[in-house]
Amino acid sequence: MHTTLLLDMAADAAPDRLALGRMADGVTFDEVRNRARAGAAWLSDLGGDTVAFLGLNGPALAVAVFASGLLGKPFTPLNYRLTDADLNKLLARTAPSVAIVDEDMVGRLQPAEGVTVVTRGAFEAACLDEANRSRELAEVDPDIGVLLFTSGTTGEPKAAVLRHRNLTSYVISTVEFLGSEEHEAALVSVPAYHIAGISAVLTGVYGGRRTVHLPAFTPEIWVEEAAAEKVTHAMVVPTMLGRILDVLEKRGEHLPHLKALSYGGGRMPHPVIERALRILPHVDFVNAYGLTETSSTIAVLGPDDHREAMSSSDEAVRKRLGSVGRPLPTLEVEIRGPEGELLSAGQSGEIYVRGEQVSGEYLHKKAVQDDGWFATNDGGWMDDDGYLYVEGRLDDVIVRGGENISPGEIEDVLREHPQVADVAVLGLPDNEWGELVAAAVVTKDGDPSGDELAGWVKARLRSTKTPEVWEFREALPYNETGKLLRRQLKVEMTAAAKHPATV
Amino acid sequence: MELKPGSRWKSAVCDTEVVVVRAVKDPAQLECGGHPMVAHNGEKPAGLAISPEFSAGTQPGKRFADEVSGLEILATKGGAGSLSIDGRAIGAKEAKKLPASD
Repeated sequence: MHTTLLLDMAADAAPDRLALGRMADGVTFDEVRNRARAGAAWLSDLGGDTVAFLGLNGPALAVAVFASGLLGKPFTPLNYRLTDADLNKLLARTAPSVAIVDEDMVGRLQPAEGVTVVTRGAFEAACLDEANRSRELAEVDPDIGVLLFTSGTTGEPKAAVLRHRNLTSYVISTVEFLGSEEHEAALVSVPAYHIAGISAVLTGVYGGRRTVHLPAFTPEIWVEEAAAEKVTHAMVVPTMLGRILDVLEKRGEHLPHLKALSYGGGRMPHPVIERALRILPHVDFVNAYGLTETSSTIAVLGPDDHREAMSSSDEAVRKRLGSVGRPLPTLEVEIRGPEGELLSAGQSGEIYVRGEQVSGEYLHKKAVQDDGWFATNDGGWMDDDGYLYVEGRLDDVIVRGGENISPGEIEDVLREHPQVADVAVLGLPDNEWGELVAAAVVTKDGDPSGDELAGWVKARLRSTKTPEVWEFREALPYNETGKLLRRQLKVEMTAAAKHPATV
Repeated sequence: MELKPGSRWKSAVCDTEVVVVRAVKDPAQLECGGHPMVAHNGEKPAGLAISPEFSAGTQPGKRFADEVSGLEILATKGGAGSLSIDGRAIGAKEAKKLPASD
């Protein structure tokens, strides 16, 4: 089933309902379809096998997702927060392609062979052009709906493959068709290059809910928009929530229209969610755990779970606030040990998942087993009632603010510094960001400061990849075979952060 | 008729359209309004009428599952006819009440 069928269904059944944008000047479902068809017709003249997208959130994103589906070409959103060098590398990898790019990002791009760059404005105008709107589109039978670059521990980002059948399976099994009431509105501030940003487009359309996109997040703008647009549903990454709560408290704003707030993409610190439940008692909180490779959500901690956990006197139930809830009924989840053996409740291992919405595929590489089971690379365990707890990445990827950061890349850069003899980069738990980037450094021929090394990294990678915690050591821990004992280092550094040595 | 996942079918006697979500174990005939459904881009045979026995109507967005054949379908467009497999009426699945996560 194709994602464009989701739009057709909504546009056929609720053509005049607002689909995107503000109450005052939003776009109806019927109009979204018209624009997607026009956009597809226009793009079809420009060639390429993929439609890349580099830009902020907004109605054009949703239109572009469906336009590429109508064209039968994969949609590839690119991360605008990458350095220019990394961005251009990814852009080149999309070739042959057409790239829809925000006007103020065009200047960052180098010409790439096989990539035709068009501005967002040109795409938007084409979608309104009568000539394009009346063109017939060729019949297509696309397979890949979305390609999303995702970072691993080392090396170049992999392109995660999400087929139309994975995406639609996820949508139709978790969303009731036109299940949203007409007054509902969703506020989406998760960027386009995050799987949640893409699935929000699809689930919003299928559910028949108006989606307001926030191009760039600040907690003040979020609160203002949520109030002004009478937003009923919103999704945030955990780091945004704490900052939003600060603004709400400062302004005495209670967002009376807000019915549900969902979050995911990284660890939600206990103190933050508890504070949210206290400040916004009328809001249903939902923790959604998922991965790019699983078309987003595979487990949900629902509103009742949240409230029960907050008010229970049973320790095991209270603990659930730190879980990601129970797996979706359409999926199977298992915890397996290092030999692939099935583990029982309470035992820690790797989280495996199987189901229609699971892709687990990358371009040029398959990570899903022949029997459909996908190893998530997340460590975790399940309790006796089937609540899933996620302990963190097994492959040492750092998740800071909902973003995957590869320690290997930062280590490589630091090793180039003439006074760095050895280095390990890892994530340390943090209440605001989920994890902070920390570096343990062994120096030689001098004593560079943390600030100096931070400057070195920042000049070569983007600022979110710059370590914020620096520890200088005589040596890093290795085992007999020369393998860096990251886990041990992490334990030591976490303990040290809690009990900083007094000088 | 080959009821592959993702294949689309339309009613011969009303506006109902469906997409196959899960395939059948054994060959089966999908019907709407009492008549075999036609491939989405195929020709509707002329002169057929809705069978009164299968005229309860179909709502878009409803999912249907038949345990006997294993077939699961999603109605993409509503119409006056109701669905059956090999003459056996199939009912809509209960809508799942999952909390909105996206």
